[in-house]
Amino acid sequence: MNALRDLLAAIGRGVLGLVSAAGSVALFAAVALSHVVRPPFYPRLLARQMMEIGYFSLPVVALTAIFSGMVLALQSYTGFARFSAEGSVATVVVLSITRELGPVLAGLMVAGRIGAAIAAELGTMRVTDQIDALTTLSTNPIKYLVVPRLVAATIVLPLLVIVADILGVLGGFIVGVAKLEFNPATYMQRTWQFLEVQDVVSGLVKAAVFGFIIALMGCYQGYHSRGGAQGVGAATTNAVVSASILILTFNYVITELFFAR
Amino acid sequence: MTEAPPKIRIRGLSKTFGTKIVLDSLDLDVPAGRGFVVIGGSGSGKSVLIKCILGLIEPDAGTIEIDGRNVLSMHRSEREAVNRRIGMLFQQGALFDSLPVWENVAFGLLARRMMRRAEAKPRAIEILAQVGLGPDVADLYPSELSGGMQKRVALARAIAAQPDLIFFDEPTTGLDPIMGAIIDALIVEQVERLGATAFSITHDMASAQRIGNEIAMIHKGKIIWQGPAERIYDSGNPYVDQFVRGRSTGPITMEVRG
Repeated sequence: MNALRDLLAAIGRGVLGLVSAAGSVALFAAVALSHVVRPPFYPRLLARQMMEIGYFSLPVVALTAIFSGMVLALQSYTGFARFSAEGSVATVVVLSITRELGPVLAGLMVAGRIGAAIAAELGTMRVTDQIDALTTLSTNPIKYLVVPRLVAATIVLPLLVIVADILGVLGGFIVGVAKLEFNPATYMQRTWQFLEVQDVVSGLVKAAVFGFIIALMGCYQGYHSRGGAQGVGAATTNAVVSASILILTFNYVITELFFAR
Repeated sequence: MTEAPPKIRIRGLSKTFGTKIVLDSLDLDVPAGRGFVVIGGSGSGKSVLIKCILGLIEPDAGTIEIDGRNVLSMHRSEREAVNRRIGMLFQQGALFDSLPVWENVAFGLLARRMMRRAEAKPRAIEILAQVGLGPDVADLYPSELSGGMQKRVALARAIAAQPDLIFFDEPTTGLDPIMGAIIDALIVEQVERLGATAFSITHDMASAQRIGNEIAMIHKGKIIWQGPAERIYDSGNPYVDQFVRGRSTGPITMEVRG
């Protein structure tokens, strides 16, 4: 009986902790969003974050996208050949990339690269009193540190996904033409034939949401880190893990909203 | 003749973290225009006290008046206006490591829209000269400086906006005795030049005597003694006596957790 009570208590504590953390993140996001529209603004910091999050993430996103497109063409060809539907490879590649793989893979890669970096930077600033120093210098730390990162990630992720979409399709095209011996013109024609605006738009909306999530979790974890180097390490891990889980969760939710019949 | 009102008046200030009482209904008056030092052992509540005054930690109860106005009941914008007249030197400097030295020094001037970037750099170089640093330091990053130089830059940042109240959190921590004495001399010089009130916390007795005209001792979240700096070794208080003489036996017992 005691064991059952302990188990239920542990589950209860876990649920309460989760609800409390979700509320805390939501409150943090609401405060940050309220500062987005209120001056002072920091265009210089925004531009710097856009470079950091967008431009410097290009190589990793590009490589991920191109190889994903290549392997997708190979795998779908192998599958479709079993019922003589090889002609659908180009369509499957473009729909998979624009709707799912482009935003999700770019999101996960950027979560690993940028979410971790944001959490580590803000976490170090927290434990070395730099965030308190901002307050004493009449600067709101949310406005100065969090808002530029949130806005930059939300703007830049869709741009990265456009690049990922193009390179993912290109990867499929290279394998389709060079290895699977598709006619280049036919492959491109099949790529465009069934692609709709909604397919691309849904991917870009996902990307914007994922960008917001990555920056939010990085900022939240870093801003609230405690306890020196160990605390910063934990904040970095938590930022990447929580952002990755939320990306996959919201990927389903947004897909439901766009495509549920 | 009436006595001048204190720069800072604290009454009944309490702060608890979990079950640990850090500030226990603390009362304190800090006279204007003087060097005031709070001494006390590790965990006595010094840092929490300074963070409560600066608005970085919200106390559970009590009032903190600066120039006769309770800052705890102020609207955010009013509080920011008060903070604009305050400078702070953090224990480890807390310099922004993503910014060059001159931007660190001019940060408050730029944030408060007191000048444009083009004017701010020459002004930062002037302030660096006041703390004994040359213009060649201006474009370096904090990580490229020694501990003593970082402390000087942090002091330059604290005085840049010409505050009338400056806080110093353990200003000599991590410095060798000579550099500690140099930093203390700079603090006294700059505070006198600005005519400011200096509020410092430290457990370095040599430093406390150099920068303080008046000293108070905090123990278990309460002020247990306050008096002129020259009386610190003759306070008649057994707690103060044990602390300033660094004796291991006496009324103060250190909590040692196994």
